[in-house]
Amino acid sequence: MSELVPNAAPAPPVAQARAATVTPRVDVLETEQEFLVLADVPGVKPEDVDIRFEQGEMTIHGRRPAGRDESPVDYHRTFAVAETVAADKITAELKDGVLTVRLPKTEAVKPKRIAVRG
Amino acid sequence: MTQNRRHPLSALWHELNQAQDDFARWMGRMTGVTAGPELNVWEDEQNVYAESDLPGIDLAKLEVTVTGGNQLTVQGERAAPKIEGASWLRQERPFGKFVRVIALPSLVDADKVEAKYETGVLWLTLPKHEAAKPRKIHVKGV
Repeated sequence: MSELVPNAAPAPPVAQARAATVTPRVDVLETEQEFLVLADVPGVKPEDVDIRFEQGEMTIHGRRPAGRDESPVDYHRTFAVAETVAADKITAELKDGVLTVRLPKTEAVKPKRIAVRG
Repeated sequence: MTQNRRHPLSALWHELNQAQDDFARWMGRMTGVTAGPELNVWEDEQNVYAESDLPGIDLAKLEVTVTGGNQLTVQGERAAPKIEGASWLRQERPFGKFVRVIALPSLVDADKVEAKYETGVLWLTLPKHEAAKPRKIHVKGV
C-alpha cells in the first residue's frame, strides 16, 4: 500500500442545543463525622448527575433536559475538599430536585472520646 | 399547537404582575413571607400551563389554588435542613414560607386543574373555561 491515506473527514457537527450553565445554590454543613453538601438542582433525574472527586476537588454536575422554549441546563459547581475527607466513602442521593452529598471524615480526624480511669 | 402569538394585552399583564410581585416582595420584608418562586406560564387553545422550580418541598405544605377563575396562588414552606450538631459553612438555599400570586391569561376551570410534582418541579395544567376557548364562527352565505 503506497497510497496516502487521507485524513478522516471531520465528524459532522453534533446537533445539540446549547446548554446554559447554572451554578446551583448550595448549603454546606459540618458535623463531627462528615461534611454535607445540599444543592438545588430542580428538573434533574438521578441518572443525569455526575459527581467527580479529583485532586482535592469535588465537581458536581447535573443535566436538566430542555423545557418548553428553553435550552437544557447544566448545573455545575466545584468545591475544594479538605484532606480530612475519606474520598472513597463519599455518597450522594437525589430527591425532589435536591442533591445531598455526604463526605465522611477520615477516622484520624474524627473526635474520639478518651475514657478516664478512676 | 402552541400559540406563540402575543396577546395584545400581554404587556399590560406583564406590568401588572410585575407590580404585584414588587408589592409582594415589599410586603414580604415586613411579614417574613418571601415573594414566591418564579413561574413559567404558557397556553394553547385548550389549556394554560404553569411550571415552577420548587426543589425539596414537603407536599403536605404545598398549596395550589385558583380563585375567581384566573388568579393562581402557589404557596408553601420549605424547611431548613435540621441536622443534629451541625454547623453551617455556607447557606445559600432559601427556606421558609413563600407565596406567589399571578393573574392567568384566561379563565380556567378550577375543578379540572391537574398538578404534578416531579424532580422538584411543579407542573400545572389548567384547562381553559369554555367561555375562554376559541370558537369557530360559521359564516353563512347570503
